[in-house]
Amino acid sequence: MDVSAKESNAESAAASGPLKVLIADDSDSDRLILKTLLTRLGHHVLDAANGHEAVALFHSGQPDIVLLDALMPAMDGMEAAREIKRCAGERMVPLIFITSLSAAEDLARCLEAGGDGFLSKPYNRVMIEAKINAFNRMRLMHQTLSEQRDLMHERNRQLLEEQHVARRVFDNVAHTGCLDAPNIRYHASPLSIFSGDVLFASPRPAGGMLVFAGDFTGHGLPAAMGAMPVAETFYGMARKGFDGADIIREINQKLVHILPKNMFCCGVMVEADFELSQLKVWNGGLPDGWLVRSSDALFRLPSRHLPLGILSAGQFNAEMETIRTCPGDRLLLMTDGVLECSNESGELFGERGVRLAVEGLDTTGQHPFDALMRGIQRFTGSQKFGDDLTLCCLEMDYQEGLAALPEGAVPSILAGPAEWTCIYELREHSLGEFNPLPLLLHICMEVPGLRRRSGEIYTLLSELYNNALEHGVLELPSEWKYTPEGFGRYYSERALRLSKVSDHYIRFSFHHEPMQWGGRLRVICEDSGQGFDFQNHPVLQSTKMEQSGPRYAGRGLMLLKRLAESIRFHEQGSRVEINYDWYF
Amino acid sequence: MPIHTRRGHDGKTLIIRIEGRFDFSTHQAFRDAYEHGGTGIHGYIVDLSEATYLDSSALGMLLLLRDYAGGDDAIIAIENCNSDVRKILTISNFEQLFTIR
Repeated sequence: MDVSAKESNAESAAASGPLKVLIADDSDSDRLILKTLLTRLGHHVLDAANGHEAVALFHSGQPDIVLLDALMPAMDGMEAAREIKRCAGERMVPLIFITSLSAAEDLARCLEAGGDGFLSKPYNRVMIEAKINAFNRMRLMHQTLSEQRDLMHERNRQLLEEQHVARRVFDNVAHTGCLDAPNIRYHASPLSIFSGDVLFASPRPAGGMLVFAGDFTGHGLPAAMGAMPVAETFYGMARKGFDGADIIREINQKLVHILPKNMFCCGVMVEADFELSQLKVWNGGLPDGWLVRSSDALFRLPSRHLPLGILSAGQFNAEMETIRTCPGDRLLLMTDGVLECSNESGELFGERGVRLAVEGLDTTGQHPFDALMRGIQRFTGSQKFGDDLTLCCLEMDYQEGLAALPEGAVPSILAGPAEWTCIYELREHSLGEFNPLPLLLHICMEVPGLRRRSGEIYTLLSELYNNALEHGVLELPSEWKYTPEGFGRYYSERALRLSKVSDHYIRFSFHHEPMQWGGRLRVICEDSGQGFDFQNHPVLQSTKMEQSGPRYAGRGLMLLKRLAESIRFHEQGSRVEINYDWYF
Repeated sequence: MPIHTRRGHDGKTLIIRIEGRFDFSTHQAFRDAYEHGGTGIHGYIVDLSEATYLDSSALGMLLLLRDYAGGDDAIIAIENCNSDVRKILTISNFEQLFTIR
């Protein structure tokens, strides 16, 4: 029953319903007069001759209103009143003293004992009726309020329970990732999803990680509902090997479509490559991210974009900032709940608070996450904070096998294609604008035996593709990447050359066939570039595969050599052929 | 009433001035201000000289105004922001959508 229905019920009872009235008076004649009077008014009367009887009748009869003579033998009205009020507990039963007393102290004692009002003897019919109606109105209002309060308590309990269930559902979608990886520290309140904050992290198929922190406008259900498709998109695409820019573009597109005009999501996307020691960051509307470096000053990663869910796909800019890092560098991401923490005098923690907390940390050896949490604690003067703030710290620390993608289901030999061939060629500007790796991975993943090895396949494909694109088509020397000046040059030159690509292609040819032991995937990657001197390449020359320096191309080739059964180079290295075997 | 509207000197600009906190509590008043601003309006000025605070729901309201005023073709200037308000608009990169003076 809803609140308004209860209200109207109460009103109708007030207008029409007869009441059960308990009266107690030791004078038989007075009691009879009062009883007759009340009965004529349509009420049902329980009568008692003393306090004891009155208390007993109160228990058995559950009256709505009590009229008590103040002075009675056995148990007087005061004592009976105390007992009755104690029994009534939270229920409001108006208790009116009928008395010939008039001294202020006596009347005050009646009220102290629990009385709500007085009626004076001798009885007056009009006064009695008016008093009873007035107290009944009070009783009904009290009853209505109590019921509404109980209903609200119940609704609130239901709501909290629903939120907890919703939270569990959300967790199943949102926390399939690697937030518990050893190089991630974070604080997010258990119900932060209903404050509009989200935090996701996923390993990438070929190593590295993606992290997304977001803050929806608004609170409660709308924010939580907006978060669901963001989580699905993030994890689904990350698993398939899409990069941060592709995912952020897709999330924006989705949010533009589903959110009302006045809602949006501030967010930061981070793509971490631990092998290359490089971060890519896209910040749209969240507070500055901070790179805390062991060897250098703090590095600020400010918001450079509009929040997600505002701009149409055509206007949206998914360009990520590329930052070179060192192992052990730590990236701090936060939602504006951190800046909006306030102390007792209402001052805000702000950007200054963040800076003070994490500056000059290398001398103390403290973890920036701990330092910032402690800073907020000290500032707010409270241990209990952070219901609507999210804080995340990602350490640039690569460990082999760290947060590997969960392996797929056990493959069935019946499902999926065993013998197939596929040629895929990407040409001209598409080389710069489209990342074909998720698609190519998807094709290979149709083979159950390969699905278990998605990470290895992705690594093979991405090494082949990046080698063909950066060194084959764009002719970028990999040495550049390993000096601070060269790093910037490498990426600006890469973008420049990509925009000018003409008469170029990269072609993948796949051939898969079943074998006694399982299957073999042959991949040929050809590009239109000049190739490279593979004859004298140190990796291909050396049997020990030792590296003479941090040459990425060298490392890429080494990976290919390690993962594939065989690797062959043709046409000055612009055609690479690998065989990859999988076993039952 | 924390929101006042008037026409600019050219008669074609609606000036909406907000006093105090620009947050969800002003939602209806802000909407009424531009929806009942009259006809023949070519542009809008949101005057925040008296606004002390602006939250994300206010950003949402500015987006609603932009949509109402024609989306990408809307001519909207946000004027006289104090430094706190300016900072919030900057973090969200709203200068890409509005002229901020």
